[in-house]
Amino acid sequence: MVKKIIGGSYITLVLFLLYAPILLLFVYSFNMSREIGIWSPEWGFDLYYKLWSNTDLMETVVNTIVLALAAGFISTVLGTMGAIGMFYSSRRVNRTMNELTKIPIINAEVVTAISIALICTMFGFGRSYASLLIGHVVLTVPFVVLSVIPKLKQMDNNLYEAVLDLGATPTKAIFLIVIPEILPGIISGFLLAINISLDDYIITSFTKPSTFKTISTYVYDAYAKGGKSSSVPALRALFAIIFVVMIAYVVIHSFIQSRKSRLEGSR
Amino acid sequence: MNGLKFSRKQLGIPYAVFLIAFVVVPLLLITLYAFTKKVPADKATFTIAGESVSFAVSNFSDFFSKSANIRVLFVSFGLAIITTIVSLFIAYPVAYILSKTKFNKGGVLLVLFILPLWINFVLRTAAMKELLYFVGMYKSNSFSFINTLIGMVYDYLPFVIMPLYSVLVKIDKSYAEASADLGAKPVTTFLSVTLPLSMPGIVSAISMVLLPTTTSYVISDTLGNGNVTIVGKIIETQFLTMDNWHAGSTIALVLLVIIFLSMFLSGKFTEEEDESAGRANLW
Repeated sequence: MVKKIIGGSYITLVLFLLYAPILLLFVYSFNMSREIGIWSPEWGFDLYYKLWSNTDLMETVVNTIVLALAAGFISTVLGTMGAIGMFYSSRRVNRTMNELTKIPIINAEVVTAISIALICTMFGFGRSYASLLIGHVVLTVPFVVLSVIPKLKQMDNNLYEAVLDLGATPTKAIFLIVIPEILPGIISGFLLAINISLDDYIITSFTKPSTFKTISTYVYDAYAKGGKSSSVPALRALFAIIFVVMIAYVVIHSFIQSRKSRLEGSR
Repeated sequence: MNGLKFSRKQLGIPYAVFLIAFVVVPLLLITLYAFTKKVPADKATFTIAGESVSFAVSNFSDFFSKSANIRVLFVSFGLAIITTIVSLFIAYPVAYILSKTKFNKGGVLLVLFILPLWINFVLRTAAMKELLYFVGMYKSNSFSFINTLIGMVYDYLPFVIMPLYSVLVKIDKSYAEASADLGAKPVTTFLSVTLPLSMPGIVSAISMVLLPTTTSYVISDTLGNGNVTIVGKIIETQFLTMDNWHAGSTIALVLLVIIFLSMFLSGKFTEEEDESAGRANLW
């Protein structure tokens, strides 16, 4: 009993510390004070309105989302094809590609960032949208490959052969059999890619065009180069919105997940 | 596409080309930049990207001869090691309790610990800065180091909890029961049964935290008040501010060698087991 209480309170304490910064910004997103710590008498949704009317910041948000979707899409197509290709290649090719895939994950992000900047400059498109996109694809594509491969391993290989025997072309067989079988892996790879792209700062800062901003670079400029507290209170509203959206996403996601496992369990 | 014959293997060609062009060749390019130096056109051996260069090893001696750089290396590794140890000490009990308690049904409680990871990393660090400012830890520069440490532990804690949890939850209860039946005290059981069995989780937690905390300078820039410089930051400064790509590449190459050496030594790189997928499973 005592053990349970101690355990419970420890978990609660760590959770509290983990959420303290988040809750602080959340609460202050409803307060107009310039600085956190001084509670201004004005409160309400003014900061949300300010966020909405701050064209610079809104453009940054749109930039970030478009970039993440584009990088996620390219990574998903490239990574899925790559995963299928390497899975059915000879053992040696498979092994080599598998190890090359892991390099961007293992490597320090700043090293990857430099390497992309160097190669893109050599090809003549350094610090452009193209180099930015390539940087994000390099960062995210391994996660797509690593999400798809386990699904390929689970797949029944005879299905593909059977469809071929029945006269389907390989293209048709891939779309009819392989893609539907590995779809859960593709989707989770896509979501993972988007999330990692949204999160990235270092590769973005090394490869982006100088006037281009993402949420990460915007916040970095506001906080790391700025003073003790950000000069942009509207960021608190942005933070609160991201937090709520993420909670909603995770709740829905785990709800679907638990329903799925319950359905599978009852089968 | 009807007439076109292709096998499944060929689908991998674009990805293979991409890997070579944007993963392998760039790393070779870093090596090339690290061993070359910008020189006047008449002394140049060859040109890369419109820049006349010649071979030189002086980049390395330049880097290691500056005591400031050596200090940065020590600070980086020191911070990373302390962060890893502190995180492990905080996270292990969390993972242990979560793996036992019944109210963590279907991992609901675990989701709460992972949820912060879904918020933008830079924003999360900024939020920590606001909190530290709020509680008065920004009053003097003497807090810079501890603030950076707090930020690092805060940002990477979920990455430590997750692998520990996934190992602990799989450990068969009967081992601990057998140990208890044979008369071992709970502490002895933990030290000689549970802890050794959870070693793979500890190793993968270390590998997920140690490297990013050595090199990712966002946290030290945001929370260090300009007093904490880590090795990633010097690369950035050389590259983006000083415009000296050769010096930047030199430090990057040093890092690269350290990374691959440690991967090779821990045998991870050749392991068939998808260890690096562990990070993917987090999300």
